[in-house]
Amino acid sequence: MREGRPASFYWLAAFFCLFLLFLYGPMIAIFALSFQGPTGGMTFPMNGISLHWFGRLWSGGGIVDIKSAFWRSLQLGLTVMVITMVFSVLAGLAFRKRFIGQNLLFYVTIASLIVPSIVTSLGIALQFRLFDEVVKAYAPGFIADTYSTAMGIFTSGLGAHLTWALPFGLLIMFAIFNRFDGRLEEAARDQGATPWQTFFHVILPVILPSLIGVGLFGFTLSWDEIARSSQAIGEKNTLPLELQALTSTVTTPEIYALGTVTTGVSFLVIGLALAGILFLRARQARHGSDAGKGLS
Amino acid sequence: MRGSDLELVQVTKRYGVTVAVNAINLRVKAGTYCCLLGPSGCGKSSTLRMIAGHEAVSEGDIILGPSNVTDLAPAQRGTAMMFQSYALFPHLSCVDNVAFSLKMRGVAKAERRKEAMRLLELVAMSSYAERLPAQLSGGQQQRVALARALITKPQILLLDEPLSALDPFLRIKMRAELKKLQKELGITFIHVTHGEDEAMALADLMVVMNQGLIEQAGTPREIFNAPATAFIARFIGGHNIVSDAAGAIAVRTDKLRLTKAVNGAARTAVVSDVEYQGSYVQVGLAADFAPELTANLSEAVFDAEPFNPGDTVAVSWNEADIHRLGTAA
Repeated sequence: MREGRPASFYWLAAFFCLFLLFLYGPMIAIFALSFQGPTGGMTFPMNGISLHWFGRLWSGGGIVDIKSAFWRSLQLGLTVMVITMVFSVLAGLAFRKRFIGQNLLFYVTIASLIVPSIVTSLGIALQFRLFDEVVKAYAPGFIADTYSTAMGIFTSGLGAHLTWALPFGLLIMFAIFNRFDGRLEEAARDQGATPWQTFFHVILPVILPSLIGVGLFGFTLSWDEIARSSQAIGEKNTLPLELQALTSTVTTPEIYALGTVTTGVSFLVIGLALAGILFLRARQARHGSDAGKGLS
Repeated sequence: MRGSDLELVQVTKRYGVTVAVNAINLRVKAGTYCCLLGPSGCGKSSTLRMIAGHEAVSEGDIILGPSNVTDLAPAQRGTAMMFQSYALFPHLSCVDNVAFSLKMRGVAKAERRKEAMRLLELVAMSSYAERLPAQLSGGQQQRVALARALITKPQILLLDEPLSALDPFLRIKMRAELKKLQKELGITFIHVTHGEDEAMALADLMVVMNQGLIEQAGTPREIFNAPATAFIARFIGGHNIVSDAAGAIAVRTDKLRLTKAVNGAARTAVVSDVEYQGSYVQVGLAADFAPELTANLSEAVFDAEPFNPGDTVAVSWNEADIHRLGTAA
């Protein structure tokens, strides 16, 4: 047998490249078209290169209220991120012990990943409408008179996003705690640490890099979520919903510029999280380095 | 405060219906190197973990000096544990690992680091103080774990199979260091192991456990020369177990005499294998009066009258070398 790769390697490599093109081609096309010249249209060819459409987007000229939709989505994403991190850690800790109804709770949580998103969304909307009816009918006058709905970004919208992000966070946390060496906690206890001290000085630092990953996941799941938001978000839209609405009304590359900006935010968040993890690692490595200390 | 005796009184551990430790009684004098020895599942680790306070006691009491510590938290007992595979905190440097208990008690940073450095000095690890555990070899991790356990100034150090993760060469080296350290500190060490050579080399008091019970406790010499049961004779090795008219007896493998078989010999056997072991020659024998029989002959004795596999030999021993065994296990 000769050195070198078999023919199948090149076939498979070509196939893989096509797959990558299929995956990232659309994104790259939109990214490129967002730099379309001022006279360019929504399709290739490029008619010059400019930041014209980003300028239009920034000035809010063509599209109504896109900036506030952006901030709403950002706030919602960050809220989902924090809640997912806190609750998945708490649940991860709880599920290390056996308790009654453990399996039931687990399946109920995971079920919301399996039920079609739109159904979850409709269900949440229905539930809130029922609640609204009850409030209007039975609440004392000073509430009922001014009351319209409890639905909104940070009530039904937040709930809808959590049915998506939280189960994912939980599953990741279970995997993390599966690998967690319980003897570390025993060692901490042996050294006189209280349960709180054990958590803050041993458990949390050990799982922190993974926890950052969970937060990141929670944010991105919320940031580009449409189906669950669609029925349950209330009167103010998130950014993806605005974007979806715009696809039918806007006929300029401005919408591509918007797509590029939102994708950029996703990358920024991922980049920040990775930087955070690398920083933690580097700090540990710096602590642990013998460089210049004359050790063999 | 140093120098309290440890006493286990009818200590029992049950997991559901399984009894892991069955009402054991044991007294360990202060400053003793005690080895808990036995096959896996014999209850030795459960016993250690109950002494440490990491396992609740189902029944019985653990007395340390004047006080009953059965219901105390691990850190309040005056014991410290060195875990199997060490359980060093992976995110903390060696010095911070060692200083952990002081940090939990709120000792100021400079002071606790100074004390931790003193302990690292004791285990010859001070030059690695700023390293993370992942950057250390197994033997080095063990030294750090030892320093971390000792910084709490325990009366009893509990070691859970401390040498099992090391390679054979390092194991013997660390074994000697553990013994030396115990002598220097003068505190009690309780060391769980399944290696009889380890226990023999280290122990002042060797406690052999089987199926949740203590089969025998004594010095290694007492146990090797007078194993109480066939189980112990088999477990510590170096013994042949033979049945005679009055029951089971044990004869050390180095006390067997082999001669050319002549008619009328009381016990004969066929040589099944001959292994040269350096200072002695190990002769495996097949006989009808014992399932397994081994004779360790000195090189000189063997050379004077060598045997080959297939030879029939007469087996004998002195009456004085017979040790009668208790109820067969």
